Amino acid sequence: MSGMLGIGVAIAGPVFAAADGVSVAHYLVVGAILFTAGIVCMAVKRNALGVLMGIELVLNGANVNFIAFASPYLRGQGAVSLGIDGQVIALFVILLAAAEAAVALAITLNFYNNHSTVDVDRADDLKG
Amino acid sequence: MTGCLMLAAVNFHTLLFYLFALLACGFAVGVVVADNVVRMALYLVLSLGATAGLFFLAGAEFIGAMQLMIYVGGTLVLLVFGVMLTAQAPFVTIKTSPGDRVLAGVVAASLLALLLQAAFSVEAWRRPGLGEVAQPAATPIGVALVGVRVDEPPAGTPPGVRSGYLLPFEIVSIHLLVVLVGAAYLARAKRRRTQRAIDVAASVQSLVEPVVEVPRQARGSASALATGGTR
Repeated sequence: MSGMLGIGVAIAGPVFAAADGVSVAHYLVVGAILFTAGIVCMAVKRNALGVLMGIELVLNGANVNFIAFASPYLRGQGAVSLGIDGQVIALFVILLAAAEAAVALAITLNFYNNHSTVDVDRADDLKG
Repeated sequence: MTGCLMLAAVNFHTLLFYLFALLACGFAVGVVVADNVVRMALYLVLSLGATAGLFFLAGAEFIGAMQLMIYVGGTLVLLVFGVMLTAQAPFVTIKTSPGDRVLAGVVAASLLALLLQAAFSVEAWRRPGLGEVAQPAATPIGVALVGVRVDEPPAGTPPGVRSGYLLPFEIVSIHLLVVLVGAAYLARAKRRRTQRAIDVAASVQSLVEPVVEVPRQARGSASALATGGTR
């Protein structure tokens, strides 16, 4: 893990060193990294709960972008800010993520009761 | 003296942004790399908490607080309960094959390159923020959710009527109600089919009425004691 962190710092360092203040693009970079981590987590994990955590990361990465575009503090010269609208949409995303987690967890519990495992590769009962 | 000068030269907003961004991205990578589910949940908590810090730095204090309360306080507790309810062993690890990891790494690198290219493609997004401090956002958000807009239109928005969020608010509230009922229905207690539940049920039954036949699995369980240990 520390190796991956080192690679992240090596990539991000020169990009960030150029700018003196924080801009919207900085937040977009963070959102992109969170989104990619979530996608990889969804694709790689065989534990159903790991897949759920990947979904949470993806939604969180999208939220970072919404907040960045909504922020008047980060708005650069000549850019347009979303204002309150972006924050309200981020709030809705958080609520829907909570609802999705509740239902997905109930489904996972059912799957565990029927198969005695949470390995998503074992969920092939409907395979033709 | 020089210490004070150096301290004054530091932009604390930028410094804290780098701190929280590094924490959020690092722990997100940790979620991907970790094999243990409990450790993944811990890294996810820390990543989401650092993201709440980013929200505070962007001036969205209400969303940051909601992130901490709903995500970190609610969703993650739910996930940890899921880990506890579905764990067969203290350390649950379901390994991913190395081929999948390599393939996912290639796909992730290309996706990240695409997203970074998109993030830096617009010149206005790269300009440093003007530092315009906004009004507290809780009241405008609250009244916007019931359909009234009291916030100033941000600079650069075209004039016109701006709608409130009463209808999405109602849809979300009905959605949450349906999800609550659906989750309770899906996760309700019913006939268990796992081996452990069958064993527990068999041992309880043998305690109530001592059975004569051989228990299916001689584990030195309560049923053997109930029959006097003759088997």
